[in-house]
Amino acid sequence: MTANDALDRPDNIPSQQPLTHFVSESPVLPATPSPEPSPIRNFLNSRGSGKLADQSFAGLMLLCACSIFAIVIFIAWILILRSKLTLAQFGFSFFTSSSWDPVSGQFGALPFIFGTLVTSFLALLMAVPLALGVAIFLTELCPRGLRAPISFVTELLAAIPSVVYGLWAIFVLVPIVRDNLGPFLAQYLGWTGLFGGMNVGVGMLTAGIILAIMILPIISSITRDIMLAVPNAQREAVLALGATRWEMIRTGVLRNARIGIVGAVILGLGRALGETMAVTMVIGNSPTISKSLLAPGYTLASVIANEFAEASGDLYTSALIEIGLALFLVTIVVNAVARLLVWAVTRGAPGRVS
Amino acid sequence: MSTAATNLPASPDANPPQRPPMDFNTSHARWNDRLRNGVNYLISGAAILATVIVIIPLIAILVYLLYKGASSLNVDFFTKIPAPVGEPGGGMANSIVGSGIILALSSAMGIPIGIAAGVYLAEYGRGRFLGNAVRFTADVLNGVPSIVMGIAIYALIVMQQKHFSAFAGGVALAIMMIPTITRTTEEMLATVPHSIREAALGLGVPRWRTTLSVALRTASPGIITGCMLAFARVAGETAPLLFTALGNQFWSVSLNQPIAALPLQIYLYAESPYDEWHRLAWAGALVLIVMIMVSVTLVRIFANRGALKGGN
Repeated sequence: MTANDALDRPDNIPSQQPLTHFVSESPVLPATPSPEPSPIRNFLNSRGSGKLADQSFAGLMLLCACSIFAIVIFIAWILILRSKLTLAQFGFSFFTSSSWDPVSGQFGALPFIFGTLVTSFLALLMAVPLALGVAIFLTELCPRGLRAPISFVTELLAAIPSVVYGLWAIFVLVPIVRDNLGPFLAQYLGWTGLFGGMNVGVGMLTAGIILAIMILPIISSITRDIMLAVPNAQREAVLALGATRWEMIRTGVLRNARIGIVGAVILGLGRALGETMAVTMVIGNSPTISKSLLAPGYTLASVIANEFAEASGDLYTSALIEIGLALFLVTIVVNAVARLLVWAVTRGAPGRVS
Repeated sequence: MSTAATNLPASPDANPPQRPPMDFNTSHARWNDRLRNGVNYLISGAAILATVIVIIPLIAILVYLLYKGASSLNVDFFTKIPAPVGEPGGGMANSIVGSGIILALSSAMGIPIGIAAGVYLAEYGRGRFLGNAVRFTADVLNGVPSIVMGIAIYALIVMQQKHFSAFAGGVALAIMMIPTITRTTEEMLATVPHSIREAALGLGVPRWRTTLSVALRTASPGIITGCMLAFARVAGETAPLLFTALGNQFWSVSLNQPIAALPLQIYLYAESPYDEWHRLAWAGALVLIVMIMVSVTLVRIFANRGALKGGN
């Protein structure tokens, strides 16, 4: 308000006071505000300087920010609404029953949960060591000039669309698994019982491999960022004690970054759980639970992609939407946990020694 | 301190007896050293090997794609609509146009909302509970599978309208763009120095003008980068379009009708048993990848320009 008054009386500039005056008299204010705002204030108001413009702008931004909340709540609400039918009819047994027979109205999601877990686990098993290796190479070993190109190439891997991975997997990966990898595994690891049965190339192993290729860039780039966040003093301290480079990486870097790395792995898991197209194209799409990794399977995401368009009847549609709801809730929990872990490392006090 | 310094040479006899020098040349110590160095080289080698293994599939995919796709590309691909089964020829002109329409629609909806939400996070929501909650929700929304977006929009729009439409596909992709754009905008605005904002405010510029014309403009290269990344990500999405845009074998540019899209067409052709269609799928994949690579390269150029600006 005082600023406004000063603007309204631009000629009322206090005259210079001698320095010895520590307490100056307050300037004489007019008893009543002038009835008309000054031309300057009018000018500023016309240019959007008023309170109204600022507040409405802030409100608009707030509205858009809140729309993100609204989207998440809306997705959850509409999925629950549309899957009421199966929620009421099957209850929790929907997730423990293994019979999926749309013709006779039997809906159980266990084969899809099994397929999702197995393929995601296989993908993590293959991707995590490789991603860690790439991150270690990029942050600790790589010559400076090579760092940017290799990061760029791994990011490029993330930019390839899922459907192109699927296309490549159908025509390149499936024949390799059918003719080379499958027989090899059956011969040398057949005693585990995990590689028995008929091998047609499509199956959970193929899906796991393509998933591993797809989640690798996510895990390696987040792990790289987390390892870069470890302060250099940690590395120097361990090296000064006479450690070799690997001992420095293990005790100085990996130990400090481990929570964040777990977070990165869980983020990769979240991506693997929900990946749809590439998996649908190579997993074989058969709702069975089998011990062999070479056998065809089904995942939560791929059953939706494959059967939703031809789902006839409200119960069938409702069952598929309930699978979507389950996938939504699981990935939300997985992502929330992973984000909290990654934030704990990159935002908290760095380099805690434990 | 000084007394200790003067005392030391005075009484050499008082020094404790010297320990015998450590012998680093025992067989155990030598073996230990060799082991530690061996493990070091082993792990370094494993890390390099891992990097090579990761790069192989990328090169394999790109080379195979280039080989298969380039040999199937011709003028017909860009000018004709898909031919019926058994007839040779045909192209994906309607899919390319359809993808363009859906992406334009989703950008028109997703980019303004995403940027505005990012502005809220950076300029108003810093350190507030609501700001943190929105940031967290955006990160979580980013990880929701695309197929879930697809059926949510199906349940919301397609079930109400009783038919598939390009509009529904655009909405699904827009929702997928928002969290990425929001977070990049926030991060880019956070790098704009406060002194620039204060200078603008000090000149009497209102806060909303400061945000729009000073903060956002300074951060614009980075924000454009974020938008392009989000665009590149949704450009290849198939799952959210399966039950929203549906795909179309004929010309359609109506927003209210099912529309063709490049990823949908590739999926349809890849799953088909016909060699001719496989050929077209490879060509489509090549065109899609080139479209995405071009945007990623643009991103690189903008990002570098942004880095130069930030250095001043």
